[in-house]
Order: sequence, then C-alpha cells, then structure tokens
Amino acid sequence: MAQTVDARQALPERELVPSPPVDLGAAVKWGLIAGMTAVFVSAIGMVQAFEVRSVVVGVDLGYLVLFGAALVFGYAAARPGEQLEGFLAPERGVRNVAAGLIAGLVGGAVLWLFVLLIGAVDIRSVFPSVSPQLRDLLTFGRGAGFAAAALIGGFGLVGALGGGIPVLPERIRAPLVNALAWVLAFGLFEDLFAQIFRGAKVPFLEDLLYQPGGGLSLVGALIVFVLFFAVYLSTASRRETVRSRIATMSPSERRRWVGVGLVVAIVILAVLPQILGNFLSEVFDLAGIFLMMALGLNIVVGYAGLLDLGYVAFFAVGAYTTAVLTSPGSPRWSPEMTFVAALPFIVLAAAMAGIMVGTPVLRMRGDYLAIVTLGFGEIARLLFLSDWLKPYFGGAQGILQIPPLELGPLTFRSSLDFFYPIYAFVLVFAYVSWALQNSRIGRGWMAMREDEPVAEVMGVDVVKAKLTAFVIGAILASFGGALFAHKIGSVFPHSFQILVSIVVLVIIIVGGIGSIPGVVVGALILVGAPELLREFAEFRYLIYGVLLIFMMLKKPEGFIPSRQRARELHQEEMMQDAWLRKEEEAAAAAGS
Amino acid sequence: METGADRGGDGRRPILELRDVDTHYGPIQILKDVTIEIYPGEIVCLLGGNASGKTTTLKTILGYVEPSHGAVFLDGEEISGLPTQERVRRGISMVPENRRLFKRMTVRENLEMGAYLRDDREGIEEDMERVFELFPRVKDRLNQRAGTLSGGEQQMVAVGRALMARPKVLLMDEPSMGLAPVLVAQNFEIIEQIHEQGTTVFVVEQNANMALSIADRGYVLQTGQIVLADTASALLENPEMKKAYLGELE
Ligand SMILES: Nc1ncnc2c1ncn2[C@@H]1O[C@H](COP(=O)(O)OP(=O)(O)OP(=O)(O)O)[C@@H](O)[C@H]1O
Ligand SMILES: [Mg+2]
Repeated sequence: MAQTVDARQALPERELVPSPPVDLGAAVKWGLIAGMTAVFVSAIGMVQAFEVRSVVVGVDLGYLVLFGAALVFGYAAARPGEQLEGFLAPERGVRNVAAGLIAGLVGGAVLWLFVLLIGAVDIRSVFPSVSPQLRDLLTFGRGAGFAAAALIGGFGLVGALGGGIPVLPERIRAPLVNALAWVLAFGLFEDLFAQIFRGAKVPFLEDLLYQPGGGLSLVGALIVFVLFFAVYLSTASRRETVRSRIATMSPSERRRWVGVGLVVAIVILAVLPQILGNFLSEVFDLAGIFLMMALGLNIVVGYAGLLDLGYVAFFAVGAYTTAVLTSPGSPRWSPEMTFVAALPFIVLAAAMAGIMVGTPVLRMRGDYLAIVTLGFGEIARLLFLSDWLKPYFGGAQGILQIPPLELGPLTFRSSLDFFYPIYAFVLVFAYVSWALQNSRIGRGWMAMREDEPVAEVMGVDVVKAKLTAFVIGAILASFGGALFAHKIGSVFPHSFQILVSIVVLVIIIVGGIGSIPGVVVGALILVGAPELLREFAEFRYLIYGVLLIFMMLKKPEGFIPSRQRARELHQEEMMQDAWLRKEEEAAAAAGS
Repeated sequence: METGADRGGDGRRPILELRDVDTHYGPIQILKDVTIEIYPGEIVCLLGGNASGKTTTLKTILGYVEPSHGAVFLDGEEISGLPTQERVRRGISMVPENRRLFKRMTVRENLEMGAYLRDDREGIEEDMERVFELFPRVKDRLNQRAGTLSGGEQQMVAVGRALMARPKVLLMDEPSMGLAPVLVAQNFEIIEQIHEQGTTVFVVEQNANMALSIADRGYVLQTGQIVLADTASALLENPEMKKAYLGELE
C-alpha cells in the first residue's frame, strides 16, 4: 500500500512533453482529398445541379459545395491531434493556418488539373455530367488561365480560413461556427423560413432577409450571423451549467421537466401547421411518419441492441392491414372499417409479425441477426408483390381507394390535417419510449445489450425481453404504415423497399442511438431537408452514405447522444479523464 | 413433486442439492453422476483442475444447461426444468467467472441490476447499504463506469451485485482468478464475512488451499466426476489431495 502512495506522489513530477506540431506533410494529403472531393462532386453533376439554388448574396449552392470542400479539409489539415496523456496542450497558431492554406492550394491545383483534363479530353461517355457547361462553371466562364488563379487562389484562401478555425480562442470558435451554420441554414431553407414568416404574420422579415433572386441578402446574412453569434456567445456559460444540471437531475425532477417539455411540444405542434401551410405540412408529415418508425427502431436497436435491418416489414404490415380493412378496393375481402375500428387489428397484425420475425432470431446476435432480418424485410415486400397473394393484396397494383382518416367526427384529408394525428402519435410514442427507457424492461434491455448471459443470471428473461422489443418496435412501425396508407390513399409493394429500413437506421445512427431527442432531430433533418431541397433528391443516398461513414468514424454516439451511449463509445476518453483526475488528486495530496 | 433428501448430518434438509446429475453439451458428457449437498449456513467448495466441469456444475444449477439425468433441488423443491430467472427469483445468485460486470454501466446500475427481480424498494436500499458496509470503496465509485474499476474493485462490485438479489445461496465461480495474492486473501475474508451474515456460499475454486481454509466441506471434481467429498479439514490432510491439488511436494 505504501508503495502505491509513493508512486502516485511521484507522478506529477514527470515532465510534460510538448505535443507534436501540426503535420504539414499530412496537409498535402488532406489537400489531395479536398481536390478529389471537388472533382468528384463536379463529375457526378452535383455542382451543376446545385447551381440553381442561390444561398447567400448570389453565391449558389454549387460553388458553396465546391469551396466547402476546401474549408472542411483545410480545417481537417489544421486540426491539432488529440491531447495524449503526459503531453502539453498542442500549440495553435500560424502553423495551423499554413496547413489549411497548403491543403487548399493542393486541392485547388487538383481541381484545376481536372479543368485542363476535361478541356482536352471528352469523358462524357463515362461521366455524362462533365459537359462544357460544367467547364464554364469551373472556369467562371473565363478560360483556363483565370481558372488557375481563381481555383487555386480561392481554394487556398478558403483552406486557410478553415485552418484558422482551430486557432480561434475556444470562446469565440463555437459561436462563430454555429452562427455560420445558421446563416447557411437560413440560406438553404429559404422556403421554410419565408413561409414561417408569412404564416407568423411577419412578412416584412422575408423582404428584409432575402433578396429577390433567392437566397439571403447581404443585410440578411449579417443580421442572422450577428444575432446567432450574440446568442451563442452570451449563453455559452449558461448552457454549460444547464447541461451539467440536466446530467445530475434526480429522476423525479427529470420526470417533471419531461412533462413541461411535452406541454410545450403540444402547444407548438398545435399552431405549427397553420404557420407552415399545406406544402410544408406535407414535408413534416413525411418526416413524422419516419420519426414514428425511428422511435420504434430505436427501441429495437438502441435499447435492446438487436440490429434489425428488415424493419420496413412492419411498416408494410401496418399499411397493408389498414388497406385491406378500410378500403372498398381491397381485392378479396373489404370490411370497409374505419381507422379506429381497424386499429386493434393493426396492432394485432404487427405484434404477430414482430413475434414471427423475433422468434427465429432469438439465439442470433450481431451480424447474423442483421443479415437474417434483412432477408425478412425483403421477404415481406416480395410476399405482398407475389402472384400467390395477389388475390388478397393486389400484387404490383396494390390496393387503392383507402379512405381519408376519420377519428370520430373529424375527417383528415389534406397534408395540413394529417399533421395533427401524425404528431399526436409521435408525441405518444416519444413518451412511451422515454417511459420504457426508465422501466424495469428498459434496464433489462440495457443489461442484455451489454452481456446477455450475465443479464440472464440477474434474472432478465431474455426471450421475453427480445420479443417485447420486436413487438413494440413492430407496433410503432405499423402505426406509421397505417397513417401512411390513409395519407397516400393507396399502398404498393414498391413503397416498402429496403431503402426505407436503411433510412430509418441512418436517422437513429446520425441522431444518436438510444436518444429520443436525437431521433426526433435526425428524422426531421434527414427526411425533411431532402424534401425541401429538391436538387438533393438525386444525391440523397450519396449524402446519407457520406454522413454515415463520418458518424461511424468520428461520432459513433450520434449528434445528440443518449447519456448511456456517450458513456459507451467514448470509453477511452473517459479512462483518460479518470487517469488525469487521479493525477490531480495525487498532486493535491502531495501538496498538502 | 419429488422432494429433496433429508439426510443431513443432523437431520437437516440441504438448501441446495444436485442429485445424480449428468450434463451433456450435445453429444459430449461433461458431468457424470454428480451429487452435491449444501446445507443452510455452510460454505462448501468445489475443487478441480481446468476443464473438470466446475463451471458446468454452476450452469446446471442455474439452468443454463439442463441435466440429462438427475435433478437439482433448492430448499427441497426441484428446480431443474425451471427457467433461469425463476431460479434466481427463488434465491440463487452468482458471481460469474471473471466477474463479468456490465462494463459500460455505472457501478450503481450494476448493483441495481443485481436486484432486477425485486420490487421492495426499502429492502433494496437496505441491501445497498449492506454492500457499502462490506465494501466502503464501492460507495465512492457509484457513478463510475464499472469497466474503469481496478480488478479488485470489480470483484467487490461483482459480489455486491450478486448480494443485491438477497440470495439464499450465493454461487461463486473462481473468485480468486486474476487477482493479486493480497486481494485473494482479502476476497476470502469477505466470503467469510458474507457467510457470517447468514448467506450460504458455494464456491468453485482451483486455489484449493485458500478455499479449504474457509470452507466447511469440499468436493473434488475430476473430469466431471466427484472423486472426493469430505470436511475441509479432512481434505487438507488427505494425502492424495496434498499431492494433486495442494501443491505439496513430498
Ligand atoms: N457450451 C459448451 N459447449 C461445448 N462444450 C463445452 C461448453 N462449455 C464448456 N464445455 C466443455 O466442458 C468442459 C468443462 O468445462 P467447464 O467450463 O465446466 O470447466 P471448468 O472446470 O470450469 O474449467 P476452468 O477451471 O478452466 O474454468 C470443457 O472441456 C469445455 O470445453
Ligand atoms: Mg470455469
């Protein structure tokens, strides 16, 4: 024992070694990546497709994406490495900016070479988007010489700006980056904000912020920037204390705040559609249906740790059950029930489907489970498509004439109407998810995800726990399917592609597995944004893919992590923290 | 229902009993005709070398594998055939081999998992305090992730977690494995302490010396068969034992 104390006291005396400086050689590598990224987005037609959307003072989204590559990779090149045990905090200064500059210059040069290449050789047979128009776009319509200066110089400049981000003092950095992100958001989602201004009866704001050709005006951009910068700057310390208070809240206090949050959410949701109008309500409806599914999958994957890649099957079961029970056009048998009358049967069908998928995979884990459920998802779609079940489900023609949603005396027809039932269910499901998380079964799931055999020794009935997760997940998805069927008025096997499963999974991964706020934000952004930015449609899955890779590498716990996951996935950092704390304690002990 | 034997030394009934148990993994027979009786308030140890079937014995008790022949009784009632969680509910809990904490859950959450099947809040609080009394260090680390604890601390939490079920019989699978000699000794002191507070303990060990020093009786398992069963003191004196397990050279 005495020995350990001695060892501890010796610790603080160890010299701290300076962290290695930013690697300028690696900056060249980042520059090449930036250049290849810029070439790639150009060659696949993204720059051209995005040219139509003007974002800020006449700069269109195409150029923004192009030069955004320089910014992002300039930042990546300049970012100091993680501070390791026993090292001094890394220095931040000119060298970081230089790294960003180098990355930008190299990236610009690569892009310029591409411009030369497409001037000399026609590669349109492989990349149909590499047209003379693209070349015009990349040379700013002024020839290769100008392009050399503009691209290399511009990339260098933007890269250096990116490299400057880590140099800024911490206090300013976060507000600055956040404010810029808001400027970008206001520019990109002009439709949304303009409609909100109109709906909220403050149309003059639209004229103030946006310019006639589309996009933020200079004044508008400045207003947004200054406003958000000020807000972030002034609330920085308070947000920190709020966050730590939330972390240390007692369960009863937390319950009260969740209640308050629910009430606020209800009020906002009640007025929102009136402000949004029909088109934007449509966007939110779609996001809401995905949100419902995401909440369900979050229980299966996030809480219980069962990676289900065939989740769309339950969505399909909900939609088809609704169609058969409510539509007069159901091929074999059409009881023409109302939604309310059909509801118990939908729940029943979903629960049965959950058990059918869950039972055979009870003893499977991880990748095997993923593969088998992937198969189940496709089987469901193929069954609905098959000739065999065509007499019941209509095969490829699907089932039409599903009536509008009726709840008692209310009939929901328009997108605006549908907003209410969809988000009412979303609220209920969000609450159910939250309650489950803190229940006995929720703790059982958590333990099961950690170590199944030991959870069993603690008395967790893993068979029941798994089936419960599958069944609850299935029911949530089936509600999504039922509302979807009523809203669209028809169901086709084509609507239940594997991609639906993937999108829902991406939502929970990006938002934060196991985190309810994460799932909500993830669904609204990942489903809502592509609807608002129609140019994105073509590149939607590309962007999802990039996002997914980024998340897995850099933020596996998601953007809004659950408390639990943050703990799981940043284990090393936590251990390092613990180690540092021990050192501090030892130093304090030695000092006294 | 068949009831347990009533042939204890002083006419008492065993709290836990394996009677003529055979256990197979698929076609491979591991346990052969194993009979073990543990009386209330005893510490009994099961000794044996690697792969002799010690862990399998515990798995059979908890229902991870079912005996192909014979039966397991708790407090006179047959429990073989019941699901694991039912056996836990009836009063068996285990400190698994290598501790196996829920590494990414906090110490408090680990302890709470031990009381998973219980509903009596006050009782749980009481037992939590009891665990803190046994292991004051655990109390300081309640909000720390279990995976960041030292080996010795993990052992404490693993024992604490098992005690949180307020078991009639505590099963321990090689509690001294992977611990420094000082901690091994400490560990056995704790087992004695738990035992003094009234819990029956069935401990599986390779460290025969240590185990026998605290146990009332011991069984020796060799390739799935009980080859010796006697009081601890007799086993310590047994020449065969000395040669094979107690590491004494003659
Ligand atoms: N799930 C299983 N399937 C097949 N064989 C198994 C299984 N589990 C254990 N065995 C085999 O059963 C035998 C006994 O294993 P057991 O784990 O009971 O040994 P042990 O006495 O606990 O050994 P140790 O001291 O090394 O922990 C071993 O030969 C092992 O390979
Ligand atoms: Mg073993």
